[in-house]
Amino acid sequence: MATVEIPADMELVYKRPESLTEAHTHYCPGCTHGTIHRLIAEVLDELGVRERTIGVAPVGCSVLAYYYFNVDMAEAAHGRAPAMATGIKRVSPDKVVFTYQGDGDLAAIGTAEIVQAANRGELLTTVFVNNAVYGMTGGQMAPTTLPGQVTTSSPAGRNVKAAGFPMKMAELLAVLPGAAYITRQAVFDVPGIRRTKKAIKLAFQTQLAGLGFSMVEVLSTCGTNWHLGPVEALEWAKEHMVAYYPLGDTKMTDEVQALKGGK
Amino acid sequence: MTKELLEGNAAIAEAAIRAGVEAFFGYPITPQTEVLEHFSRRLPEEGRVFLQAESELASINMVYGAACAGARVMTSSSSPGISLMQEGISYIACSEVPAVVINVMRGGPGLGNVQPAQADYFQAVKMAGHGDFHMIVLAPSNVQEAIDYVALAFDLAEKYRTIAMVVADGAIGQIMEPAELPPMRPVRPPEERASWALTGAKARDHNIITSLYLGAENLERVNLRLQEKLREIAANEVRWKEYSTEDADLLLVAFGTVGRVCQTVVREAREKGMKAGLLRPITLWPFPSARLEELAQQVRGMLVVEMNAGQMLEDVRLAVEGRCPVRFYGRLGGIVPLPDEVLPELEKLDAEVTGGEEG
Repeated sequence: MATVEIPADMELVYKRPESLTEAHTHYCPGCTHGTIHRLIAEVLDELGVRERTIGVAPVGCSVLAYYYFNVDMAEAAHGRAPAMATGIKRVSPDKVVFTYQGDGDLAAIGTAEIVQAANRGELLTTVFVNNAVYGMTGGQMAPTTLPGQVTTSSPAGRNVKAAGFPMKMAELLAVLPGAAYITRQAVFDVPGIRRTKKAIKLAFQTQLAGLGFSMVEVLSTCGTNWHLGPVEALEWAKEHMVAYYPLGDTKMTDEVQALKGGK
Repeated sequence: MTKELLEGNAAIAEAAIRAGVEAFFGYPITPQTEVLEHFSRRLPEEGRVFLQAESELASINMVYGAACAGARVMTSSSSPGISLMQEGISYIACSEVPAVVINVMRGGPGLGNVQPAQADYFQAVKMAGHGDFHMIVLAPSNVQEAIDYVALAFDLAEKYRTIAMVVADGAIGQIMEPAELPPMRPVRPPEERASWALTGAKARDHNIITSLYLGAENLERVNLRLQEKLREIAANEVRWKEYSTEDADLLLVAFGTVGRVCQTVVREAREKGMKAGLLRPITLWPFPSARLEELAQQVRGMLVVEMNAGQMLEDVRLAVEGRCPVRFYGRLGGIVPLPDEVLPELEKLDAEVTGGEEG
């Protein structure tokens, strides 16, 4: 990357986090994966843990996340990231280990792995990106697709009598004793992005303090497969997704509360 | 060191501990559960990692993760559990990280039963998972060999950055017999993990371990590299044992527990005046094809004996290429063939090939 001299009367206020590579992402215009990647990278920089972080990428749109995070990374089989991350963490307890997973990966094919990892209280942090659709395969119904939502495999809209209900993973994992911090956030506007970053930071701090499993579910968009423009997708998500997937913490142990400092 | 009375499954686990295994991830399944139980007690004593996973699917992916982190790691299971592990085995093979898997085989297909069997030969040797690859497959025939080959499996897996499987069966897993454990090897400290491992991108570029290669030419290159490695393994690591083959004109071919049974058959056949010998493959992959090809020019016929419907039989016939008759005797469903049933089969072969010469 070209370096630029900063004029004496100006201050550097924004730069690429060291925890991101210089690679251009393959994500669609308007996709929020890029935003979420950046938030994680900023947090890793701020916590000073980049050089001892190991990430696990999923199968799905973010399958190539290992090209974008400037940390050691493995690519898991579909849904198995929490098991793979467990193996990494157990033999490298001094490392910071995270999984980055989509809704098909975490809430369908990998349901067993995430539930069991959370229940064991694995010292892992999971960033769970929920955009209510299978993106990479071209817009099929996901475990998190909303009732009535049209996808390429629910052409008449999701019929909950046949297909079951959208999975509320943040609520589901919250009941497990091993889960220390579980929260749901959204990156649909600037305040939401700021709250999401704080949540991701707290999740990694939970891991660093050895308090248990932590997960940040991030409501996201998929303009491409929703057949909406980037702005319309954000509006649709705010209106429909948040109604079904309420934002906020579903689990925060007293120790995490103390870590957060307050109340 | 002196011999002790050891149970096969516990001996396998203890052998891995002596070989410096750092972590075990597994799930209970008969007839190998004692492997897991032994690890559950001993690994914490040694300050190493033991984790009972929620499934074999999780076990193998935990192994995959720990292997990516550069640790010496293994899992163990029995036939139906190995089927569940095939996904992870394929990923591990493509990612070129070293790992060891034990299969204490039981009767199948399906849930089958918990009796000893060799019905997973095809699975281990020819279809360990999707895609073009082979595992190194080692087949012990007694507790001592199980101990020795577990250590060898780790060494080969790490030498070639590949996956190595030890295929025992319920008989070897459950039997108690005198065997000698090797001395404890020191565990490799974390700071000595390989340069390709995921250990944190400190003072170096970030390491990536993946089995995803977009673009056909890109993936073909990876496959060609894997095939090159497999050829190297095939050239260097074929292992087998022979019994009374010097002057043999009838050859038994059998592995594992049946290989042991056939040692008795050779003795009894010799007492009856037949010039019988035995070739017992130790590596099922790579297979001792070249040696079988040589022997096919020496003997009048071969009898392959297995605890399945004739799986290794195919590899023997591929090696022999019609140079001599190759016959088969097998028992299914978890039955171990006894010398008394194998000997008449050898006599039949003897009569067949003698008749052939006369006619």
